[in-house]
Amino acid sequence: MALKGLDIFKLTPKTNCKDCGSPTCMAFAMKVAQGAVPLEKCPHLSDAAKEKLSEATAPPMRTIQFGAGENEHALGGETVMMRHEKTFVNKCLYAVEISDAMDAGEISDLLSKTKAVDYERIGEHMYVEIISVHHDPAKSASDYVSAVKLAAEAGRCILLDCTDLAAAKAALEVCKDTKPILDGADAGNAEEMNAIAKEAGAVLGVRGASIDEIYDTVVKLEGLGNKNLMLDVTASSLKETFARAVRLRRAAIKGGDRACGYPAIVNTAKLAPGDSVTQSALAALFTARYGSIIVMGGMSYAQALPLYGLRQNLFTDPQKPMKVTPGIYAINGADENSVCAVTVDFALTYFVVSGEIDRSKVPCNLLITDAGGYSVLTAWAAGKLSASSIAKFFQEMDIAGKIKNRTLIIPGKVAVLKGEIEEKLPGWKVVVGPNEAVQLVRFLKDYQ
Amino acid sequence: MPFKGKAETFNASIATLDIGTGEKTIRLGGQNVLPLYAFDASMENPPRVGVEISDEGLEGYTPKLLEYYAGASDVVSIAKKAAAMEGADFVCLRLDSADPNGKNTSIEDCVKLAKEVCAAIDKPLTIMGSRNVEKDGALFEKLAEALQGENVLLLSAREEDYKKVGASGLAYNQKVGAESAVDINLAKQLNVLLTQLGVAPKNIGMNLGSAAAGYGFEYVASTMERVKSAALSQNDTMLQMPVITPVALETWAVKESIVSESEVPEWGDMEERAIHMETVTAMACLASGSDAVILRHPVSVSKISALIGALL
Ligand code: B12
Ligand code: SF4
Repeated sequence: MALKGLDIFKLTPKTNCKDCGSPTCMAFAMKVAQGAVPLEKCPHLSDAAKEKLSEATAPPMRTIQFGAGENEHALGGETVMMRHEKTFVNKCLYAVEISDAMDAGEISDLLSKTKAVDYERIGEHMYVEIISVHHDPAKSASDYVSAVKLAAEAGRCILLDCTDLAAAKAALEVCKDTKPILDGADAGNAEEMNAIAKEAGAVLGVRGASIDEIYDTVVKLEGLGNKNLMLDVTASSLKETFARAVRLRRAAIKGGDRACGYPAIVNTAKLAPGDSVTQSALAALFTARYGSIIVMGGMSYAQALPLYGLRQNLFTDPQKPMKVTPGIYAINGADENSVCAVTVDFALTYFVVSGEIDRSKVPCNLLITDAGGYSVLTAWAAGKLSASSIAKFFQEMDIAGKIKNRTLIIPGKVAVLKGEIEEKLPGWKVVVGPNEAVQLVRFLKDYQ
Repeated sequence: MPFKGKAETFNASIATLDIGTGEKTIRLGGQNVLPLYAFDASMENPPRVGVEISDEGLEGYTPKLLEYYAGASDVVSIAKKAAAMEGADFVCLRLDSADPNGKNTSIEDCVKLAKEVCAAIDKPLTIMGSRNVEKDGALFEKLAEALQGENVLLLSAREEDYKKVGASGLAYNQKVGAESAVDINLAKQLNVLLTQLGVAPKNIGMNLGSAAAGYGFEYVASTMERVKSAALSQNDTMLQMPVITPVALETWAVKESIVSESEVPEWGDMEERAIHMETVTAMACLASGSDAVILRHPVSVSKISALIGALL
């Protein structure tokens, strides 16, 4: 529960030394209470005070770290329910599930297909961050270890989906250096799982037959001193799974119940086995609503393209428009004799259009105008992309002096601007391009 | 010590909107909980799935789509098959060919077709205009008149043509879809204007704008979330109208859905990609607040419909 400024003040040295940058201890305490200043700013707090305060001022949801080296990730730490309230802190991660019930050939096939999905979108690296290894109760601990070893070779984070103590222990032996997640504690095995997870330094995932049972197990584990947890909310039905994801997050953020404030694991492969379209839709649902690790039965490009695009959208900071710097972007070795194409400074538009020009292999000068970071039609509707704004850009950048070619391609969606641009830019031939950037490849090739 | 989280219900609720008549009526809205939160309280009426068809026929359709519509040689038979799709709750007829910058089909021909389609299907009908403001004003007036008694949803009345479209809906007892551009204030303003014209709130649905996943969808999601939250927590009656989102229109235009496999071999089958793009976007819309989504592919329609069922 959040502390009031006065409670915090009582724990400061009350010397008003100003080392924290605040004029008085009281002022400092007020700022900490509002979350405007971190506690660490005061170098004179006693250890006891620090412990008490950091517990009390911590966000309602814990940040949980796992994975090692380049596979290190953080999840949780969220402070709001909806992105427009502030921003989401840590984007959800996607996992692909293998199982020790699959044969080695099947596993390596699935893993290589998973690794094939690897690309960049607007500066973000898109790939499957986690391999989940499911333990089938009919299989032995050594079967499980073999599957885990194959997973480890994929070089991604590992999630051990295993409630069997012996198998979990053996698996941790071979992969604990990768700082995996052991998703296997339940009401029946919590103490034993806790011991082996702690010993291996692994995050412990908690599951249960009901939300109450998960809650009780978390409370028990916290009592044993473990707050390095995740909540596996997967139930036998979708409705119950969704209810758990939402209700737990809500209890943490709005109810301030820290026992609910851990990242959630959702397994779509268990909810819709073998149905990739439904798994994609489920992944979309839990990307929007409180899944932190979303496990899938596989990840093809068909699934990744919309899902990663959705995630990128939902986890951007709503306060920061994604812009690129206006200017001349020479693509495919374009020079002063190459054709020009004009567009806006919205990062997404730039990324899409430059990608397509790149693919066409035709040298082209892409002119990025200052459109306030809006898409083509938004900027047009807002008056930020017009014949005048383009003419102004040409003048300020001295385009006519820098480029000899006199052809300018404009986006098809603003074809109406053609006449007016020609009037404002005498000597230039204005050509209406296609509506969608993807059609630019053909268009530029034909045009050449 | 059990889990203490409480259900979150509101004193206000989403308005209801009926489309169609008699046995084929569907009702949208009615819930006093956030979108899909059926575990807090009953959703009253489930979100619905519409199937879009175009008066330009099956142009640009992918192989499995063509297979589904095999044998349907004209728009009326296409409409029948659309209505019969597993999971389909209504049909959305797009009068694309009415566009003056395209085929410019006459209003009379559009009206004739719409009447035939309406008579041929056993599901409620929604009609999308040419997207040309001048033409739509006149077009919707005649459509509304000709389809009297059918209680169709006219998509859409926009800032530029709401007077004409709204008046047509009012005069002939049809439902009016208010279309705004991803902005809660604009959405509210348009509803206020329509009600000032005399259109009752219970006869209005909203299209708050849409985008494909990855293409500015964050604005769509946030707009819908803010609208639902104002409708429920502040009892804002001018934002309580159910939301109808044309998803297919956006998702079937983006690169992921239209670039051929030969151009990007590693991406695999194009139709497969288009289906995933459509279902992912549809599910994200439903989670953010759509009370109805309009889709194209039979696979997307049946999977989304089944998922709605599983959530309620
Ligand atoms: C997200 C969004 C917003 C966001 C802004 C996001 C941003 N950074 O731009 C917000 C919410 C702020 C917004 C505001 C507005 N919006 Co807006 N918005 C959208 C939305 C949903 C998606 C836009 C998007 O991100 N597109 C993706 C990018 C990549 O598309 P793009 O830039 O056009 O690029 C594509 C092509 O144009 C082409 N291309 C790009 N450059 C080039 C160059 C060449 C040479 C070629 C050949 C091709 C090419 O390639 C790209 C991919 O194919 C669209 C509806 C939609 N689904 O498109 C409406 C939309 C663009 N908005 C619209 C409107 C009216 C507005 C407002 C004016 C509303 C208002 N009155 O307040 C405001 C304007 C801003 C302001 N307040 O002043 C309308 C425009 C109507 C019209 N036809 O003119 C639209 C179409 C919605 C609608 N159906 O009514 N909007
Ligand atoms: S640094 Fe600490 S002791 Fe000094 S004024 Fe700030 S809060 Fe008080």
